[in-house]
Amino acid sequence: MIIHLYLNDKELKQEIADDMLLLDFLRDNQCYSVKGGCETSNCGLCTVLVEDKPVLSCSTLAARVDGKHVVTLEGLQEEASELGAFLADQGADQCGFCSPGLVISILAMKKELDHPSDEEIKEYLAGNLCRCTGYMSQLRGIKQYFSECRFHSPSQSEGSTEK
Amino acid sequence: MKRVNQSVNKPIRKKDAMALVTGKPVYTQDIAPKDCLVVKVLRSPHAHARIRAINTQPALKIPGIACVLTYKDVPDKRFTLAGQTFPEPSPYDRLILDETLRFIGDAVAIVAGENEKVVEKALKRIKVDYEVLEPVLDFRKALDNKVIIHPEESWKSLVNVGADQKRNLCAHGEDRYGDADAIIRDCAWTIEQTYHTKANQQVTMETFRTFTYQDAFGRLTCVSSTQIPFHARRILSNALDLPKSQIRVIKPRIGGGFGSKQTVISEIYPALVTLKTGKPAMIIYTRQESQIASSPRHEMEVTVRLGADEAGIIKGIDMQVLSNTGAYGEHGPTTVVLTGHKSIPLYGKAQAYRFGYDVVYTNKMSSGAYRGYGATQGIFALESAVNELAAKMNMDPVRIREINMVDKGDVMPAYFGETLSSCALSRCMKKAKEMMGWDEKYPCIDLGNGKVRSLGVAMAMQGSGIAGVDTAAVSIKVNDDGFYSMAIGAADMGTGCDTILAQIAADCLNCSVDDIIVSGVDTDFSPYDTGSYASSTTYVTGMAVVKTCEKLIEKIKQEGAKRLDDNIAAVDFDGDRVYLINTDASISLKALGNQAMCGNNTPLFTTASFSSPVSPPPFIVGMAEVEIDKETGAVDLIRYVAVVDCGTVINPNLARVQTEGGIAQGIGMALYEDIVYTEDGRNASNSLMQYKIPTRLDVGDIQVDFESSYEPTGPFGAKSIGELVISTPPPAIANAVYNGMHVQIRELPITAEKIVNGMTADEKSSGIR
Repeated sequence: MIIHLYLNDKELKQEIADDMLLLDFLRDNQCYSVKGGCETSNCGLCTVLVEDKPVLSCSTLAARVDGKHVVTLEGLQEEASELGAFLADQGADQCGFCSPGLVISILAMKKELDHPSDEEIKEYLAGNLCRCTGYMSQLRGIKQYFSECRFHSPSQSEGSTEK
Repeated sequence: MKRVNQSVNKPIRKKDAMALVTGKPVYTQDIAPKDCLVVKVLRSPHAHARIRAINTQPALKIPGIACVLTYKDVPDKRFTLAGQTFPEPSPYDRLILDETLRFIGDAVAIVAGENEKVVEKALKRIKVDYEVLEPVLDFRKALDNKVIIHPEESWKSLVNVGADQKRNLCAHGEDRYGDADAIIRDCAWTIEQTYHTKANQQVTMETFRTFTYQDAFGRLTCVSSTQIPFHARRILSNALDLPKSQIRVIKPRIGGGFGSKQTVISEIYPALVTLKTGKPAMIIYTRQESQIASSPRHEMEVTVRLGADEAGIIKGIDMQVLSNTGAYGEHGPTTVVLTGHKSIPLYGKAQAYRFGYDVVYTNKMSSGAYRGYGATQGIFALESAVNELAAKMNMDPVRIREINMVDKGDVMPAYFGETLSSCALSRCMKKAKEMMGWDEKYPCIDLGNGKVRSLGVAMAMQGSGIAGVDTAAVSIKVNDDGFYSMAIGAADMGTGCDTILAQIAADCLNCSVDDIIVSGVDTDFSPYDTGSYASSTTYVTGMAVVKTCEKLIEKIKQEGAKRLDDNIAAVDFDGDRVYLINTDASISLKALGNQAMCGNNTPLFTTASFSSPVSPPPFIVGMAEVEIDKETGAVDLIRYVAVVDCGTVINPNLARVQTEGGIAQGIGMALYEDIVYTEDGRNASNSLMQYKIPTRLDVGDIQVDFESSYEPTGPFGAKSIGELVISTPPPAIANAVYNGMHVQIRELPITAEKIVNGMTADEKSSGIR
């Protein structure tokens, strides 16, 4: 079948197998930030944005994104660097294999939640597993990121352009 | 040269951090050639079987299939997958593919093809006629069982580890100091209990994976997610019967190790395919394969007997261990050694100890190396026994440790007679007590809502590398403009050793971490290193960095003196320039580096190797605060406090994250991680649905601090940290459960069900279970 989508804001039309997973489709299209970790939608490594919502690409058929906007970390390099620096400054990157999925989820959380509490952060990100860090350093980095980015968050800048 | 401390003990960002957090393609699968053959393994559905006949023809007929390999296609030469220094203590008990299959998941055939679909199809078309054999599944019944798991004559052990394959015995040993039996017999207080720890999976987020290809010279290149590139080269050579000179192993960025990648799990399969077909090949383990055919922690049953005097001074320790190595002996003979030798020395006043062990084969997945490497199992048993002894004596479990713990200057008979040259264990205990509010909250507080909050404590130790065995070499060269390139053979697997070793070098050379580029590991170019395991990298490779820098500075001074027309005694090097001590004349490192590239006979390059005769132990105190539902037995971990003595902390951020991460793994081991087998030996914990690792909602609040001693034999006073940090949660949480519920759990994991059963038993017998 042929699907037609926007991958990181670039229009794409491609012939795919009916049973192709979104994870494999994205990696075949050079989005190597997208990792697979479990095949059972438990680990969150494969998280990407479909229409701005975090989705597990290992359990989504590529056919499902026909006509949609898909964003991976390749399309969010600036945001990833900004947020990632806070994680890096805590040593929270460690092996880094879960980082892309985590970063995508944090960026999605930022759009969804206003001033999230520690508990809200933990709950939002509960599906993003990490075996290296024990999660504490990630929480420290996320909290700092949220406190430092509060004044130039996308929701506020969007708000200011609205008349 | 006067050293100005700039980098050591600073929370410097990892050199690869930004690449990792922005998702750059730096891991094995990301950098593989796009035309790699897809390699998959057909796995045994029987715990013990022999192949009567195998027909690969229907599979080979599928278009796109490049090869189907069976036991008939592999060298008949046994080897071990364990990444250990030669001669390996692990037995040579494997073939790449064997006629006999020894666990559900054992390799039957290798298939390679153009894509995943054709390979999956081919796997189903291979016709195997199995002669099903009786399996040995209970490790308590393995020794001298009529079923022999390795009857083959070609089985061999390179090192005398007390093995007897005809008895299913992979290793056996006894060790003693003084007369423990007599001393314990005469003690006022004694305790004897048996503890059972389970097999656990490391669950690296990146599963096992490797790709291979032949280079322009026809040599086999193997790019793999490994902790042990040099051992992997030897193991590939043994397995494939190929000279080592024909093999090159490269380690890119690694998605976690924790010991799992100290065993050559995935490398051989694509390597064999590349040799047979001449084509690049890649294997990516599924999570299921990683759960059923890998290298988990050894299951152990540990019996501990302790004797203490009236005051609670522990006089004698006896520990007897049964370890389950599974179908093959990887790390079997060595993990068990740590069970006693890296737990018993915690109690420095003991006058005698006895330590014995049997390691047995069973028809379960082969065990391997997992962070803690046997010490974790011993710590659970010994620390639980000490807590039970304290309870019996009506003594605070912190107090019994305070009066018994090992201290600096103590000779440790159970630690190969080493003298403890650095130790801040008592300071760790003091700080942990304060952080936890132990004196205010011990043993428990009834919350009045059906729940009780309680505290528990444990200590742990580890080593820093393997004394007299682990070897690390480091090379550093001065480039044009005076920047350094440092080549290491140690494998950064996310731990940050590329950065930590650069911090050490930067302080030796009086420069910034950014002035040093680090490369590793490529067995063709990197200096030899045993690899990143046994908590060796910061300590052993770190000392190799110090030695290399010292030699390099002499070379820089020599070259500088030559350019300044004087002798080496008249000059010094301050990191930026070589200068004449008595005048202002100097030459910059930049100029030296540039001049070294024109008409030069002396390269500004050096290498040094380091091996330590001792393995200084780091220490940790862990305290758990849990909330237990008195009706259901459900345990919530509220807070975990840990204070670490790893000597000088080279990078406070990375050491903290190592500790928090190790504790989280320990919490998983304590509360739910368990590889469960069905009655016929099938691994039921074959996905992350069944095998639950902690999420960020499960680990409570982990609070870490450091109390540093100064280790005189380590780089800038440092010892190890990587493994140590996993070991305290199981005994500390078990102790907290006891202090809240008066139920002693002696078998991991500590489930609600076991606690409720203990409560029921308690009501029946009003005794401790």
